[in-house]
Amino acid sequence: MSVLNAERIKLLSTRSPWWCALLAIALPVGLTALIASQAQIQPGDAGNGVYITQMLSSLGRAVVLVMAALSITSEYRFGTIRSTFQVVPHRATALLAKTAVTAIPAMLIGAAVGFGSWAVFQAINSFPELALDTAQDWRAVAGQVLVFGITAVLALGVGMLIRQTAGAVAVLLVYALLVEGLIGLIPKIGDDIQHWLPFFAADRFLGLQDDIPQLRDLPLGPWGYLAYFAAVAAAVLAAGILSAQRRDA
Amino acid sequence: MTTLLATERIKLFTTRSPWWSAFLALGLTIGFAALVGLNHNGGPLTVEHSQFGMQFGLMVVSVMAALAITTEYRFATIRATFQAVPKRTSVLVAKTAVVAVLAAVIGEVAAFGSWVTTYAIDGGPEMAITTGADWRMVAGVGLVYAIASVISVAVGTLVRQSAGAISILLIWPLLVENLVQLIPGIGDDIHDWMPFTVAGRFLNGTGPDAPMGPWASLAYFAGVAAVLLVASLVVANKRDA
Amino acid sequence: MIEATGLTKHYGRTVAVDNLSFTVSEGKVTGFLGPNGAGKSTTMRMILGLDRPTAGDVRIDGQHYWDLHQPLRTVGALLDAKWVHPNRSARAHLRWLAAATKLPKRRIDEVLDLVGLTAVADKNAGGFSLGMSQRLGIAAALLGDPKVLLFDEPVNGLDPEGILWIRKFMHKLADEGRTVFVSSHLLSEMAQTAQDLVVIGRGKLIHQGTVDEFIAHATESTVLVRSPELEKLGEYLLAAGAGISDDGDALRVSGMDSPAIGELAAARQITLHELSPQVGSLEQAFIQLTGDSVEYRTVETGRLAPDVAASQEERA
Repeated sequence: MSVLNAERIKLLSTRSPWWCALLAIALPVGLTALIASQAQIQPGDAGNGVYITQMLSSLGRAVVLVMAALSITSEYRFGTIRSTFQVVPHRATALLAKTAVTAIPAMLIGAAVGFGSWAVFQAINSFPELALDTAQDWRAVAGQVLVFGITAVLALGVGMLIRQTAGAVAVLLVYALLVEGLIGLIPKIGDDIQHWLPFFAADRFLGLQDDIPQLRDLPLGPWGYLAYFAAVAAAVLAAGILSAQRRDA
Repeated sequence: MTTLLATERIKLFTTRSPWWSAFLALGLTIGFAALVGLNHNGGPLTVEHSQFGMQFGLMVVSVMAALAITTEYRFATIRATFQAVPKRTSVLVAKTAVVAVLAAVIGEVAAFGSWVTTYAIDGGPEMAITTGADWRMVAGVGLVYAIASVISVAVGTLVRQSAGAISILLIWPLLVENLVQLIPGIGDDIHDWMPFTVAGRFLNGTGPDAPMGPWASLAYFAGVAAVLLVASLVVANKRDA
Repeated sequence: MIEATGLTKHYGRTVAVDNLSFTVSEGKVTGFLGPNGAGKSTTMRMILGLDRPTAGDVRIDGQHYWDLHQPLRTVGALLDAKWVHPNRSARAHLRWLAAATKLPKRRIDEVLDLVGLTAVADKNAGGFSLGMSQRLGIAAALLGDPKVLLFDEPVNGLDPEGILWIRKFMHKLADEGRTVFVSSHLLSEMAQTAQDLVVIGRGKLIHQGTVDEFIAHATESTVLVRSPELEKLGEYLLAAGAGISDDGDALRVSGMDSPAIGELAAARQITLHELSPQVGSLEQAFIQLTGDSVEYRTVETGRLAPDVAASQEERA
């Protein structure tokens, strides 16, 4: 408990997490408002239902990737990781506490992005298909909580492995925003690989753009994909903690 | 200016970052071209297939170029730099020039390397570089990398901070430029003027709806870079180092 | 008490610390002396469990660092004053350290007061001068009221007032019965701060003992002799078992004190123009002992060192 408390103080005693959080929420919610104000939807043709309100969540997710990676790499950058390990010599404990204290705000940001985007769209351009009726609808909106939380865990794991802000941020963003998309361009094997990529899995859990024909024959269902995404994040985190235990601080 | 260029060249190449970047950019683009070539079936391979991975190199070069300036702020060597040469504009222009030349070289090697690789795997007459469009698609990569690196140095100078600069430089072209299309009505019009989208049209052809031809597209991309560069120079001159 | 046995650390092919064994006892300030790059910081990091020893072992009061419960209550350390987040206030830095160790909030005010940072406690640590950062680092080290304290080059870059403050402070801590282990590359500094010394060079132990022992052990006393009949005198001195070295127009005699040399000269009826005992300086002793273990040395150092030492003698 005391370790969690220490990590909480660390997180909240600098201003950058607040700015990141603000950015992570304001960017997608603000742009969603812009979309809502321009959208001209005929009743009945909004086939995508509530998904249309969540299309910009990836912006918030990208900011969370950066924020979570920074929370560990900045400790290496400023040498405070040594104080951390000096106070809590069990590195796994210290790093798990940090993971918890980073993942929880990420989940709150996810909630704000998911429900905020949905609410702002509803407020500006309300139509019946936007109601949260089915389990699928709820997954698309409330599911952001879990996706943002797991995204933060994955980013922390990568940060622990790379320990260097520029490298970790570049790897995470290029991977999430470019690699996963480009792999689909590889003929024959591309699709099969893509079906097992973590952020692809996260999007399938949320059910974004589910009506595209390439996405019909998927190996897992939405909850299976969430479990898979969580398992990948957990594996990366475990690798990060192991590497931190083995290397000199 | 030659001294300044030499200084910046030494600074860049005495760290490992340019070597890593070149290695990564070439490995990713050429490797991806090989993957595409090896798995291709149905229809002959075209020049376009060989350049599918050019964005990998573009992102690596963007990060490398931003780091070239942000690490100077990070390690406070920028003070030593401005102490040695108080004319900040000259220093930054020299740095931009050196980085841009490196980016251009990486771009050309990546593009022709990718083309040669795909050609070697399964080259047919469709793989030949014959038309102006073919040449732009391959030889144009170096130009795009160079201009993108100028944007990166400018953004790096404005932000002065690695994490921020890299986030902006990656999230902008990879995410923001695509997401604006989602804005109903005006989205596509905005998308048409997004710098990296326009640069892509220089390489891959403009299509019927594009507002400009390929060379005008390149000029527009270069114009955006020039505006950012000037803005960064003005700011760097005003601010304390 | 700190006990190191056979402590060894390799970074790739570089051997930073080589089979180092020493003990640091309580109630004293123990200096950890060695030239730059000798492996002092690495050793301190291994004491704190930050770097893993390649071989060997180091224990604090019989325990490994990572087995200590709430280690800040046992060991406080200042390794690098700049290891703070620049955008975090001094108080917030101490707050998270205290939270992890379950220390009461009033302890933060106490240590801030102790190091004289109360007035700037809510300012961001990034704007601190080196002296203020050192004070913050000391406050962090003292937070858990530990029995063992480690300081790595604490006076580096400080002004004379700051140096004096730290020196007094360490004596006070030792007088309270704590174990104080402080590293420096300056022997003169250590001579004024420490009672005991652990001297290393190139990662190897050179000497462990009191400061006085170290100086006596290291400075071989010599006698400078001038005479119009130097050559003859030299032969007699050699025959009597003394060591001599040619010092231009004088002889430097070792292994025989000045009365003995005077009597020998008188017995042989040799005129003496000068007979002066030479006391070696601390720096000279240090250079003699660590002479071949300096990691980074300018080419000239080997040649210049004796002259520098000699000029220091003249001034003394």
